[in-house]
Amino acid sequence: MLSKRLIVCLDVRDGKLAKSIKFVDTRDIGNPVEKARQYYEDGIDELVLYDITASREKRDIMIELVEKVASQIFIPFSVGGGIRSVDDATKLRMAGAEKVNVNTAAVERKELISDIARAIGSQSTILSMDVKRVEKSREIPSGYEIVINDGTTPTGIDALEWAKSGENLGAGELVVNSIDADGTKEGYELNLTRMIADSVGIPVIASGGAGEPEHLYEAFSQGHADGALVASIVHYDEYNCRQLKEYLSSRGIKVRMNY
Amino acid sequence: MQFACSEIGVHSVATGDAAKIVSAERIIFPGVGAAPSAMEYMRKNGLDAALRQAFQNGIPILGICLGAQIILDSSEEGDEVCLGLVTGKTLRFRLQDRQLKIPHMGWNEVKVVRSHPLLESIREGDEFYFVHSFYPQPAEESNIYAVTNYGDDFCSALGYRNLFATQFHPEKSGRLGLQLLERFASWDGVIPGKLKHSGGR
Repeated sequence: MLSKRLIVCLDVRDGKLAKSIKFVDTRDIGNPVEKARQYYEDGIDELVLYDITASREKRDIMIELVEKVASQIFIPFSVGGGIRSVDDATKLRMAGAEKVNVNTAAVERKELISDIARAIGSQSTILSMDVKRVEKSREIPSGYEIVINDGTTPTGIDALEWAKSGENLGAGELVVNSIDADGTKEGYELNLTRMIADSVGIPVIASGGAGEPEHLYEAFSQGHADGALVASIVHYDEYNCRQLKEYLSSRGIKVRMNY
Repeated sequence: MQFACSEIGVHSVATGDAAKIVSAERIIFPGVGAAPSAMEYMRKNGLDAALRQAFQNGIPILGICLGAQIILDSSEEGDEVCLGLVTGKTLRFRLQDRQLKIPHMGWNEVKVVRSHPLLESIREGDEFYFVHSFYPQPAEESNIYAVTNYGDDFCSALGYRNLFATQFHPEKSGRLGLQLLERFASWDGVIPGKLKHSGGR
């Protein structure tokens, strides 16, 4: 059986590692290439490199950084932030990224998902969605709304509907990031994660809010996630990957332990 | 793939040149995409003949993912006739359990069922990275070297003479994957204890 995946997210700004707290404050916490290698050796199952400034400032994506990271880690590795075209996606694939994440640009033009899936395959096309809890309404029956531009712009799109559309358009995986939980270290948005995971036939990755090993256990057991994204919980050396995996394994979650 | 070769200190060249393939010391054949388009590309560029020649010349060959599928006679993906270096077919996953998602994507255990020089360092519980919707099914059981469970057991590594192939991606499978590549880099193409004419064609 497949193991549940522990995925580390490196938010990158100006080529440096940063971790956003509710998408507003960011602080520099080191060299992304070195950090990536360290996590790889420590047994992380997958890595995401996310350019947190790219879509806002329409900055060109960091091909060079991607190549450097790809030459240092030998596990699946995805890239997101500012991907606006098939050409962007193809270049990142060529630079060594296994998968690419689309977010804002896919909301603005949903054909981008199918175009990228056709060019590099569904298995390499990830739809990353930033979600905010709102009052349930006719437009937003699930009570969860898609927001774009790094969480700054509401869209009036229902998150559950968007997840299903993403799958139909050819996304091979969904990253569900809760804006409310992000940076709080109080746990993943389990209700949101489970609602989406139970409604689609593609893997769902829980994102935002991990502060304790218990939160990862909840993402898998209650959130029904296939993978869980972590950032601050490992970036500040509170826990390392092995400790998290040992904990999950002791709670009966199948994770990759031999590496 | 080339980054992984560099990491283990092996010089590699990415090429679509038939002459270079036939004269290589060893060949890694990492397929990408779908069987029909891959076969079309290979036929158009004479790479099918080159690979067949290399195989007959005894050059060690490592097929990966699609490269483990199109070495068989045919594939259910587009009902395509393939290279036929090893007898068998590539089949589509038909999963009863609706909880299991396709593609089979992620880390899964590889169970060695027959010893092979490239698999010697694999221990019980070792996991490798997969991403695929089809899997190779060699006709001869003696060509199956490892299996993986996803609903049922499927063949995740096969071999015949100087050809070895994995459905998983050793280049994306961390230290254990790199170990397999290192073993390939020093493999002479012989499977000790195998009768010369057993299995395959």
